[in-house]
Amino acid sequence: MSAAEAKGGVIGTRKLRREDPELLAGKARFADDLVIPGALYMVMVRSPFAHARIRSIDVESALGVPGVVGAYTGADLAGEWAGPMPCAWPVTPDMKNPPHFPLATEVARYAGDGVVAVVATTKTAAVDAAALVSVEYEELSPVLDLEEAASDSEVIYEDFGTNASFVWSVEPDPDGVRQAFDQAAVVVSERYVHPRLIPAAMEPRAIAVVPSPMGDEYVVYSSTQIPHILRVMLALTAGISETKLRVVAPSVGGAFGSKLDVYAEELLCLALARRLKQPVRFTEERGEATMATVHGRGQVQQIELAADQDGKVLAVRANILADMGAYLQLVTPGVPLLGAFLYHGLYDIPNYSFTCKGVFTNKTPTDAYRGAGRPEATFAIERAMDTLADKLGIDPAEIRRRNFIPADKFPYSSAAGLSFDSGNYGPNLEKALDLAGYSALREEQARRVAAGDSHLLGIGISCYVEMCGLAPSRVLGALSYGAGGWEAATVRVLPTAKVQVVTGSAPHGQGHETSWSMIVADRLGVPPEDVEVLHSDTSISPLGMDTYGSRSLSVGGSAIFVAADKVVEKARKIAAHQLEVAEEDLEFASGSFKVKGSPDREMPLAGIAFEAFTAHNLPDGLEPNLEASVTWDPPNFTFPNGSHIAVVDVDQETGAVELLRYIAVDDCGNQINPMIVEGQIHGGIAQGVAQALFEEASYDSEGTLVTASLADYLVPSAAELPSFELANTVTPSPTNPLGVKGIGEAGAIGSAPAVINAIVDALGHLGVTNCPMPATPERVWKLLQQAKAHK
Amino acid sequence: MRVEMKVNGVARAADVEDRTLLVHFLRDALGLTGTNVGCDTSSCGACTVLVNGESVKSCTVLAAQFSGEEITTIEGLAGADGTLHPLQRAFQENHALQCGYCTPGMVMASLSLINEHPNLDEKAVREGLEGNLCRCTGYHNIVKAVLAAQSEMGGKL
Repeated sequence: MSAAEAKGGVIGTRKLRREDPELLAGKARFADDLVIPGALYMVMVRSPFAHARIRSIDVESALGVPGVVGAYTGADLAGEWAGPMPCAWPVTPDMKNPPHFPLATEVARYAGDGVVAVVATTKTAAVDAAALVSVEYEELSPVLDLEEAASDSEVIYEDFGTNASFVWSVEPDPDGVRQAFDQAAVVVSERYVHPRLIPAAMEPRAIAVVPSPMGDEYVVYSSTQIPHILRVMLALTAGISETKLRVVAPSVGGAFGSKLDVYAEELLCLALARRLKQPVRFTEERGEATMATVHGRGQVQQIELAADQDGKVLAVRANILADMGAYLQLVTPGVPLLGAFLYHGLYDIPNYSFTCKGVFTNKTPTDAYRGAGRPEATFAIERAMDTLADKLGIDPAEIRRRNFIPADKFPYSSAAGLSFDSGNYGPNLEKALDLAGYSALREEQARRVAAGDSHLLGIGISCYVEMCGLAPSRVLGALSYGAGGWEAATVRVLPTAKVQVVTGSAPHGQGHETSWSMIVADRLGVPPEDVEVLHSDTSISPLGMDTYGSRSLSVGGSAIFVAADKVVEKARKIAAHQLEVAEEDLEFASGSFKVKGSPDREMPLAGIAFEAFTAHNLPDGLEPNLEASVTWDPPNFTFPNGSHIAVVDVDQETGAVELLRYIAVDDCGNQINPMIVEGQIHGGIAQGVAQALFEEASYDSEGTLVTASLADYLVPSAAELPSFELANTVTPSPTNPLGVKGIGEAGAIGSAPAVINAIVDALGHLGVTNCPMPATPERVWKLLQQAKAHK
Repeated sequence: MRVEMKVNGVARAADVEDRTLLVHFLRDALGLTGTNVGCDTSSCGACTVLVNGESVKSCTVLAAQFSGEEITTIEGLAGADGTLHPLQRAFQENHALQCGYCTPGMVMASLSLINEHPNLDEKAVREGLEGNLCRCTGYHNIVKAVLAAQSEMGGKL
């Protein structure tokens, strides 16, 4: 049964979030809010240099500060580690992965690399002492520019002899690609740069490790989005039995991929709590968060399209340089792979070639950031499609219509090797164009140009498809990922008919408690208020693969859905037994089994739960209690898609770009809670718009991050954004029983190309064909000046 | 040094280091952890509280500066029985929060904004909340919530 045939009328409603009252009253507990008597505070001493040999470290003065317990160098703690910090995605057998330990010992390889951990009884004492640690550095030449790094003119890791970590390709038919380009009427060849982005979750990372007073056990409280994966990795890296570690993610204040990682400070707090036999905690300051929490994006892309005279694209070829930063974090090398299959977008392109080189630089390590690989792919194809349209004099909407995968081709086998589950792209785009009033916008655009208006209008279209619902475990295996992509769930009806749901996905703002209770309430016919959702604590939910890649609902929600239905089937056996009818003579509706044709003979789930608990009168061989556990491994990815339209005003005098309107029509399949879906889209759009217009992790020539505070790194405020105009289309996913596709990343994937396409569209008549990100007023003004000089 | 202030209507006092910031006084000395720290540079507004009814970013002012003043934190908004303030309710009803980390500061800044400008429109809300960052919501629903709360509250707090 699909969610569309939902039983309880709960799925699909705009139910308010149960998480909110505590958060709104200031009662929710984030990791730094936890009161832990006797906890020691850890403060990090970090390298101010991007690349420097550590000559000597003097902690003598630091140790003299009252309250200081210790100041630890990498050498001091070398014996604590069973292995280096983990990278779980060795994308090729020969991938180069430098040893990475929580503290740098001989060479610091980015500004922010940890060198000394200072521990004291108060935070202020630790801060004071850290300032007194003296490190003598010998500055080495930093390798900063991605393309220069790829040229190996200077090499960061001498043992490797190259800055390349790996080269990874997908090119099922090289001859086909070559022929398509040879025979093409039109070829587009474009270069795009994705700046590094700082994820900037509002909550800085915080960790506290509390040793048990007996038994060498540790409770790790971390602002993580992956408590389960973190437990495995802490166990392996610190050499502690997994059974002795309990990881708890309290309320987590946003993550966007940046807390999908295993961080040095988590390991240091654990090792120091083990060594000192006291709780140790750490909370990063924003100035550290910008340097020592992973960055996102950081790619240089070369994309080529081969097309016929009508604009039908015959081949796509993409060559990518991906900035790894100084070390490989948990899934750093895999990020470009998540986009590797999507450089043809949602177009029916028969020939495909993708190659990516992962390259080390002396910068903060990169890793997953909202969309992870898919925003980059979408940007490349959507910008290139606009360039192709421009070359052929075809409207950007029309070039997309001509190339969409036709609705009757689903499931669609892509040239890159994926099977797209479902979609109907044409009507989705038409809906967006209608909502935007596309032809009226084009008229207004032409009117402004004709009138010589100093404010130009730009209309940018971006159609996207993403692969979500990470992920089928076998596919992950084929991609060399070090884990599976399943999710675990338990649904348990207690004797009093209250329901407990245990989920392995770990929310950090997505509203899992609300959505999961809706799914279960719908399936079991109980009030959502009677459903408790337990999560983010490995002692309560021992199995899980956590939250990232828009996977929670399509994978975790499906596990819950299937578990709830298993509970119903078990209850049916009990009801049939006690009502003395055949199971097929029972129908389940509104939380009660009724005998078909004799509706007065019924047995509500509440009664069955108690019967299952007492176990006095169960069918032979049936286990007591009403509970089911499911591990759901998805058979395929899901493929959310949509059409986004940005309308911008470009001031020719100043180069300032104002986002006037933003229209998004998304297809995430069935929706459990449309209110939450819209919220996810809003936030994603804001992040993608920010990439297009405002945000860039900027380094100076020495490799110092100059956007190291929120005063310098321009996370947009309400004043920089408009309200968004949303609509949706629905093609349920056949991949999972809920028919859902995922929506967490869609907004961030669709929006950056829509905005840049709009800017180029505004300036196109002046001869502008591309615009760098972020499109700051200075950059746009320079584009205008260059274009006018050429005219 | 001893710092005394009225917090959420109750006289509170604690002995703290001279350099203690207001936000740490509230969080660490008084245990009011609803007020969050997001940036340390008064850029993000997560730490916004009201001092005598006006919004102040508590991460860049010293506790000692506010001795004797009246402070309202997020914990002081809901009724004693837990009934949410109309502005808090509007945030929930309009899905104006996701992770909730910026929310206490956003609510306090919004309250001050509504208080000072009884006839807000969308533009005024957006500009008025410029000093408070949210990474989850894209602000769309925050703006809706503030406008909804303003009309419900009828200009009264």
